[in-house]
Amino acid sequence: MINLEVPKKAGALINQAYQAAAEVFRPISRKYDRAEHTYPAELDMFAALLDGLNSSGEGGAGAAGVRRNDDGGKGNRNGANLNLVLGTMEMCWGDVGLLLAMPRQGLGNAAIGSVATDEQLKRFSGLWAAMAITEPDCGSDSAAITATARLDGDSYVLNGEKIFVTSGERADAVVVWATLDKSKGRAAIKSFVVEKGTPGFEVVRVEHKLGIRASDTAVLRFENCRVPRENLLGTPEINTATGGFAGVMQTFDNTRPLVAAMAVGVARAALEETRRILEGAGITIDYDRPAHIQHAAAAAFLQLEADYESAYLLTLESAWMADNRQPNSLQASMAKAKAGRSVVEIALKCVELTGAYTEESLLEKWSRDAKILDIFEGTQQIQQLIVARRVLGKSSAELK
Amino acid sequence: MAAPRKRDAMGWGLAALTRLAGSNVVERTGLRKPVQNLVTAGTRSGFRVAGAAGRSFRSVQRLGKPARLTPAADTGLFDLTPSEDQQLIVETVTEFAAEQLRPAAADADAKLDAPEGLLSRAAELGISLVGIPEELGGVGVERSVVTNALVAEALAHGDLGLALAVLAPSAVSTALVSWGDEQQQADYLPAFVGENVPAAALTLQERTPLFDPFKPATKARRTPKGYQLDGVKSLVPRAASAELFVVSADLEGRGPALFLVESSSAGVSIEAEPAMGLRGAATGKLHLEKVALPAGALLGGGKLDVFTEVVRLSRLGWAALAAGTAKAVLDYVVPYVNERKAFGEPISHRQAVAFSVADIAIELEGLRLVTLRAAARAEQGKDYAREVALARKLAVDKGMQIGNAGVQLLGGHGFVKEHPVERWYRDLRAIGVMEGAVLL
Repeated sequence: MINLEVPKKAGALINQAYQAAAEVFRPISRKYDRAEHTYPAELDMFAALLDGLNSSGEGGAGAAGVRRNDDGGKGNRNGANLNLVLGTMEMCWGDVGLLLAMPRQGLGNAAIGSVATDEQLKRFSGLWAAMAITEPDCGSDSAAITATARLDGDSYVLNGEKIFVTSGERADAVVVWATLDKSKGRAAIKSFVVEKGTPGFEVVRVEHKLGIRASDTAVLRFENCRVPRENLLGTPEINTATGGFAGVMQTFDNTRPLVAAMAVGVARAALEETRRILEGAGITIDYDRPAHIQHAAAAAFLQLEADYESAYLLTLESAWMADNRQPNSLQASMAKAKAGRSVVEIALKCVELTGAYTEESLLEKWSRDAKILDIFEGTQQIQQLIVARRVLGKSSAELK
Repeated sequence: MAAPRKRDAMGWGLAALTRLAGSNVVERTGLRKPVQNLVTAGTRSGFRVAGAAGRSFRSVQRLGKPARLTPAADTGLFDLTPSEDQQLIVETVTEFAAEQLRPAAADADAKLDAPEGLLSRAAELGISLVGIPEELGGVGVERSVVTNALVAEALAHGDLGLALAVLAPSAVSTALVSWGDEQQQADYLPAFVGENVPAAALTLQERTPLFDPFKPATKARRTPKGYQLDGVKSLVPRAASAELFVVSADLEGRGPALFLVESSSAGVSIEAEPAMGLRGAATGKLHLEKVALPAGALLGGGKLDVFTEVVRLSRLGWAALAAGTAKAVLDYVVPYVNERKAFGEPISHRQAVAFSVADIAIELEGLRLVTLRAAARAEQGKDYAREVALARKLAVDKGMQIGNAGVQLLGGHGFVKEHPVERWYRDLRAIGVMEGAVLL
């Protein structure tokens, strides 16, 4: 039966996430926007609580990753994926930078959670893992990465430079994408878990950024860095059909709805605050009277809220499909594209409508934070490309 | 002997499917009959005719109290899968839209009317019966706003103008089911479950800048015997053939109220009002000059919350129609840009073209979901004012954006009538204008 409301059983989780967002994140939101590169120590206590949430198996409020174990169940499922995006929305309503800075909730953890073997999963449990894909000369075209991994005895030897690594300085380990054989193309790209302190692994610097300043973004260098061969995630075979690049790319089907959810959370925060400010100025938003006879600010708000609603439901759809074992690459990219562009438009317009350009309001911060959400985990243009290829039935060779 | 079983929703769907499957060719040749009717003649400006000669709507018996549909249950789970009944109904209607509406759309657009027989075949599908309770001869038990939205969407994939023509009578029957008293239901609803469903229209629209449905210029005045209506309603679907109207009017300065007006009432006249689009719906102006109505003509007690509900459910209908037409655009441009070559390869190999198609797909999916959420909330009896407003906003903005992109992607070919995209462009502009006419 068609119903697009939040599942009733998710109510407790959503409330927990909301409480944390309101009571933990919001009060320190501005502090760590100003104190860039300072570790938010307040998060330690809270991270432990989140670990508990995630280990419940119901999904929580962080990037726990999602495993597609078919439990043989039938019928409509509302499970871990849906819970994860719902929790993430609440947390990012609090502060997206702080969520990204949460120990053990990195995208690397999502990758491990999604593609690791059971043995690896056990071995890496409790590890805070960042994700290192992008290189100075390769961003969206992740098939073109130049970092190399060479098998030498019982170790892989990694060489290369990685940039834009979220929590790259603070995390316990990094999931590094590298190629086993450049001549074999994307099938040879594998991901490796490199623990902090491994000789040859160096944090070069952390970036100064437009937004999400609570989260550190690092440049990493690997020089003859040896990791045990068991640290390769998934299978070492270079096979175009299974396991290889398709496997690592599969991670995105799980992480894109998550980033879309982050965008939805920030957008919701901006809209709520803007409504509050507008109502204080005597402008009410009426859902029944035509927009064209309402105050221009109210009409603008309605348009923003409509885009928000669209992004919100696209995000839930992509997560719900994952819960129900339906292929969701198309919907994940739709959600990411719509949520990414909408949050930027919404947050910026909210600053314009309210005049809240100063640091007295979080609106200006959210406008800066928002921009990354239309960039990382695949830019707006990459999402459009993926959607277009799917809808038009084109290969990446045809539609470049 | 067992009591005879009644046809349920699935039965109606199956019956219609069988009828259609057996008679496509014959029926389609029947569609081409020359259209001779008052509306076509009436396109000459200023030509006005009396309202359609109506049947007598008087009932012999009525229920002790009005029959209503109950709110649908809430399963407490997020779910995008239609029920089996819904899937069957949508399949049937989709086929009807593809076989009967789409091929007739261009002609209907040119001739300002639906082809003969088409609307009675649509009525045979039993679309409005789902919304009429069993006690009144329909097949409905629960409110079926989601099913209605899926039906509207499927019909509009065939053609928006003809979809409006098909759905117009059920706007009136749905209003009677939801807000009619036992006498009004007894008087009018039997005709809507019979063999020969009357043309009927719900009309809120007036031709004025910045139109606000909550402030109609049409006036209702109390008289010793009932009410008197004066005013002009605009863009009324099937105006010339409609036998029954539900009309909004301001009741003595106290806000909008709804009235049942039979077309044969003295003072009712119809003027053809061809528009940019929706032409298959044979839109017209409804002139009301000192139309005397009995006291029983007031629908829903003139309450504001009833009227508000009508406005919301109507907007929901337009959002669903927009989604259907937008899907038609997407389904049409995809093969076109894949086949059309420029500079030695399909134009779909260019990002400028491909991204435009991607944006159509993304905005359409969002519009669909927002519309369905509003519909599901409405049928479960939850508050849905916010959700319907957002669905309307998206339908207006993204619907038009998609209609515009459809023409642009075909370039010059999109501008000529060889392709349907120019019609969809005209039709989709209606979403931002129309209030009333459909009701889910």
